[in-house]
Amino acid sequence: MSESQSTSPMLQARDLRLSFGSINALDGVEATLWPGEVLAIVGESGSGKTTLLNVLSGRVAPDSGHVYYRDPEGETDDVHAMSAPKLRALHRSDWGFIHQNPRDALRMGVSAGGNVGERLMAQGARNYGAIRASAIDWLGQVEIDADRIDDLPRTFSGGMLQRLQIARTLATHPRLVFMDEPTGGLDVSVQARLLDLIRSLVARLGIAVVLVTHDIAVARLLAGRILVMRHGRVVETGLTDQVLDDPQHPYTQLLVSSVLSA
Amino acid sequence: MSGYNFAYLDEQTKRMIRRAILKAVAIPGHQVPFGAREMPLPYGWGTGGIQVTAAILGQNDVLKVIDQGADDTTNAVSIRRFFARVAGVETTTRTTEATVIQTRHRIPETPLRADQILVYQVPLPEPLAKLEHSRAETRQMHALAEYGLMHVKLYEDIARFGHVAISYDYPVMVNGRYLMSPSPIPAFDTPKMNRMPALQLFGAGREKRIYAVPPYTAVVPLDFDDHPFRLSRAPHACALCGARDSYLDEVVTDDRGGRMFICSDTDYCAGRQETADAAGEAA
Repeated sequence: MSESQSTSPMLQARDLRLSFGSINALDGVEATLWPGEVLAIVGESGSGKTTLLNVLSGRVAPDSGHVYYRDPEGETDDVHAMSAPKLRALHRSDWGFIHQNPRDALRMGVSAGGNVGERLMAQGARNYGAIRASAIDWLGQVEIDADRIDDLPRTFSGGMLQRLQIARTLATHPRLVFMDEPTGGLDVSVQARLLDLIRSLVARLGIAVVLVTHDIAVARLLAGRILVMRHGRVVETGLTDQVLDDPQHPYTQLLVSSVLSA
Repeated sequence: MSGYNFAYLDEQTKRMIRRAILKAVAIPGHQVPFGAREMPLPYGWGTGGIQVTAAILGQNDVLKVIDQGADDTTNAVSIRRFFARVAGVETTTRTTEATVIQTRHRIPETPLRADQILVYQVPLPEPLAKLEHSRAETRQMHALAEYGLMHVKLYEDIARFGHVAISYDYPVMVNGRYLMSPSPIPAFDTPKMNRMPALQLFGAGREKRIYAVPPYTAVVPLDFDDHPFRLSRAPHACALCGARDSYLDEVVTDDRGGRMFICSDTDYCAGRQETADAAGEAA
């Protein structure tokens, strides 16, 4: 794990600003992500979490500010100054994006195996047997029965769809995965299993994750560091346990105290 | 012929189409938009092909028109007669005598030469249309050469049927860059496009696109390393000429299961029968 020990950040956001009309969705946001770490972005609805995720991943351009990505060769690029082909290539290979609704990412008319294989084929894999073996391997890793490889996603349950989306995203071994409320819309027992799965995969593969969630429990379970947002500003940031156990900002205190303790 | 310009279209329209053709030849496999005109035949009957033919036809050209390989089907007869009337060019059914061949859904069995031009009628120029419905997105995919999605389709076929089950309009890569629909020719014909000495032009009237494969350009069907492209052909000999290397049509002859397989290329079949007759008389 030499990469995770390296001292230079993988993703750096500098003074991001973006407004939608009179609403400041991002108001001078700074963020840093080191290789192999999980960063949670928490906050209430409309605090700018998802906007920040979209700007960090290059899907939405900010009004001002920069996002720098350092690739495995040590080259640093401004994500928003990158050419469209390069950014798309990055999204296909080094990066992954996990949507809250798996139906947004999966091809519902294509079998589970085809869905997992798509990113491999987009990267130029041209051996059917190898693609299929990889699909079976990944389905196993996300605890989907290999018998289901040729079934269409529409025959899958909600939790299985989300696990299929994870398999599809991780099949190309990305270094950085953006997750937007990956456990949203699932019932509690399925959530717990999924969180367990994400935690073990991320730890085993050493993937860096930017995770957006409104659920403090999810952040506590998965994230090493946490970033609390309110009205487009970062109000508090630090190690997850530190921030959640000893919140400094009044808003964070409110957020933490509003969680029902089990 | 009075009342019409030579080859029906006015000269400005022909110039516009020729510009599109030149651009298409310069970027093999790339779909070039053009201002398709209303033609005196319905969409789906070859309005794109007929405009390309009209734009390239000269007074000394000899035109052959085939529909599913045959010279004597309605579409072929009417387009051939159309150009005989509005351009006064010589027409033929012999592949070897023609300088311009307009085709629907076949490539002639007789190999084409460098002094010939093959014009295809194309219903759906976008090979990714059935997989990605947004044209803005497919244009982007072409621009960035992102063709993984087409392989997903091939993967699905192999997973479901054990082989790639595309029997016509088989997707091809042109010159190692653009994914192209070869028009609904049988997969059997796809290898003939590779490094063909003749210029190949494709016209889609309704979709208003022209594309081209210049002479001697690499045209490679998509496949997997462990599932290579394979020719498929009915395992019979032609009932009329005995050919075992040509593409066959199955013809139902009665309502008791009677059928025969004959060459789809009528000129090729007739030529073989003549040669056989001549040899028979000589013997």
